Amino acid sequence: MNVLLLVIPIALGLGLLGLLAFLWALRSGQYDDLEGAEYRVLHDD
Amino acid sequence: MCCTDMALAYVEAHASWGAANTKPSLGRDHSAFVAVAPDGSARAEFAVEGVRCAACMKAIERGLAPMPGVASARLNFSDRRLAVTWTREAEPDVPAILAALEMLGYTAQPFAPGGLADAEAAETKRLIQALAVAGFASMNVMLLAISVWAGNISDMSPENRDLFHWIQAVIVLPAAAYAGRPFYEGAVRGLRAGRVTMDFPITLGVVLTLVMSVVESLSGATHAYFDGAVMLLFFLLIGRVLDQAMRQRTRAFAENLAALRCERATLAGPDGGLRDVPLAELAPGARILVRPGERVPADGLVENGTSDLDQSLVTGETAAVAVRGGDRVFAGALNGSGALTVRVTAAAGASLLDEVEGLMRRALEARSRALVLADRATRLYVPFVHAGAALTFVGWLAAGAGWHAALLDAVAVLIVTCPCALGLAIPAVQVVAAGALFREGVLLNDGTALERFAQVDTVVFDKTGTLTLPEPTLSGGRYAPAALESAARLALSSRHPMSAALVAAAGPAEPFPGAQEAAGLGVRAVVGGVELRLGSARFCGAEAEAAAAVAADPEASVICFRAGDGAPAAFPVRQGLRPDAAEVVAGLAALGHRVLILSGDRAASVEAVARRLGIAEWEAGLTPQDKIARIEALERAGRRVLMVGDGLNDAPALAAAHASLSPVTAAHVSQAAAHALFLGRSLAPVLSVLAAGRRARRLMLQNLWFSAVYNVLAVPLAATGCLTPLIAALAMSGSSLAVTANALRARLATMPAPVPAAHRPTAPAPVAGTS
Repeated sequence: MNVLLLVIPIALGLGLLGLLAFLWALRSGQYDDLEGAEYRVLHDD
Repeated sequence: MCCTDMALAYVEAHASWGAANTKPSLGRDHSAFVAVAPDGSARAEFAVEGVRCAACMKAIERGLAPMPGVASARLNFSDRRLAVTWTREAEPDVPAILAALEMLGYTAQPFAPGGLADAEAAETKRLIQALAVAGFASMNVMLLAISVWAGNISDMSPENRDLFHWIQAVIVLPAAAYAGRPFYEGAVRGLRAGRVTMDFPITLGVVLTLVMSVVESLSGATHAYFDGAVMLLFFLLIGRVLDQAMRQRTRAFAENLAALRCERATLAGPDGGLRDVPLAELAPGARILVRPGERVPADGLVENGTSDLDQSLVTGETAAVAVRGGDRVFAGALNGSGALTVRVTAAAGASLLDEVEGLMRRALEARSRALVLADRATRLYVPFVHAGAALTFVGWLAAGAGWHAALLDAVAVLIVTCPCALGLAIPAVQVVAAGALFREGVLLNDGTALERFAQVDTVVFDKTGTLTLPEPTLSGGRYAPAALESAARLALSSRHPMSAALVAAAGPAEPFPGAQEAAGLGVRAVVGGVELRLGSARFCGAEAEAAAAVAADPEASVICFRAGDGAPAAFPVRQGLRPDAAEVVAGLAALGHRVLILSGDRAASVEAVARRLGIAEWEAGLTPQDKIARIEALERAGRRVLMVGDGLNDAPALAAAHASLSPVTAAHVSQAAAHALFLGRSLAPVLSVLAAGRRARRLMLQNLWFSAVYNVLAVPLAATGCLTPLIAALAMSGSSLAVTANALRARLATMPAPVPAAHRPTAPAPVAGTS
């Protein structure tokens, strides 16, 4: 069962990474315009 | 509204303002709209009208980006706002941006930064962050909790189980401390105010669950409830975020409309200079110029000049009122023929506005006493849960189960009844229904609006601006096409509000080059050697025709046209009914609603409208007090009244009624008092809100009943000590999903009738003159 001591921190670390990425995206305004984002994808530039 | 005898006074008042009247816009002071970042770069936001698709977004951003000094231009498609930042060296040039947008075909207005909207946005962000943390914690805790549940029936060693419990504690305790803050703060705020709000049982449940789980982990028990606590916060935060996002979106949209209505005033400085300022900058004592065709921006006393005012937004009275030096004028009145200088007064004693505000405050206090579903549910729920937990505790003690077991089961009751489903039952329905209404052009002002609309059985309309359109229209009849066309082309050069009716009736046209507005008289142009005149009857020598037109339609005002020495033509202009007013009234009657008109206007015009719409009950010439009295009498008789009105004089009635609705063109005070605002020329939103309200209320009740049944089933399980974390988790997520899925049904079409033009704001009443 020692493998748990390795696996659980890895799982938590990855989850934490996701959380931090989300919070960063939120702070940098990427969720401010959800409707616009779906159109911007289609722009050429 | 043709007041030829005022012509001379107008010219006098006008002489010094000649330049102001010929120039379409003044050098505006835009510094209030520009915010400077710490690094020195300036930034401004604009509300943009007419953005409908991705191509608009691209056109605007591409069109503005190459402008000198502009560092970036980004359009937020969700709330139709454009953010422009300038480079550090560049001087922010707001007028250039507005001009560029004008070239691209969009109307825009700059926004004052800061204020309420930013606070709202910050609150939304805080809730979403809390939601993210709660979501992260509940996912990871589940990973460990499910292992424990599985391990408990297989071969997990007690050491591993304890380890898993402690890892859960490490994740959950900080996460719950952070993500639960909105609830903890709400509970404390409520307690300070001496009330037990829904936040209190939530806080109590979460804190007790966490404390109990830590104690259980310490004693190496088989169960801990960390997952339950954090999942509870996660689900409840979803409800909060939905609620907040809905409100913020509606508010952003309402702010755009307010900005686009361009509420500005022309300030006359002591040196005679003129400056265009936002309304907020007007202080009492300021001298402002109100040109023909403009609305009076603030209450005040006329200092100079005479004119006729259309006070229909203030009193409901459609006939023009003559004002001269020393008279009081109210914000919202439309200036007719003459320029006025007005000294702004602070609201002080015995004016109509003070009276209206006093009445409205009293009416609003009375209204807030009405309980809504969420409050009633809280009132039933809180004592029920706490009594249930206490009973469990006492019961187990009496049965000789010992302190530890009794406390454990009492806490289990608190956990399982924690209002997961209840926290979502009402906000989820509100969000979905408000979204559906938003697409039909209705903005909800108030969270309780839907429930109020559901209970309505009597609909009271104001006439002016509500049943009728806010802008005048050319009344029906046959006019010589050539005369109408020339008249409309002349009207394009006029600022008089009535000329807009001619322009609208004739369709697109070009103004005559060299057309001159002869102050207070009308417009004149020489075309092909023939002098064309448009204006008052005397100006056109058309007294006989005008008298005949008025005799045929006593409600109408007349605007006359004459080409050279030819036969003059008289165009009667009046406030037209909203295009679907008759169908809406018939629809309301078919639904069994009682329909009334309470108007401040003259009896003759109210009767004409009532007859055309088939409304039997109407009253005219009512003051704001009379309107309140009529509505209160109806409420006392057990009717639930929906008041639909737009005027300043309607504001107290809007506040007094059980539910209220205003067109978006309404006076400020009325907009603030109404539960919902609707856009556009159609009256159909009255039917939509009633249908949406009934549907939403039905779904809310279903959800509440579902939550109640769920609690009734779950409490015995918890009280008898059979609640394992697995059952708690299943019950919690299951009930939350069920009420959310049910709430989505509010999205289904709220009414069978064709949906009015989507949520694009309609332009405010066009004011004459494109010069």
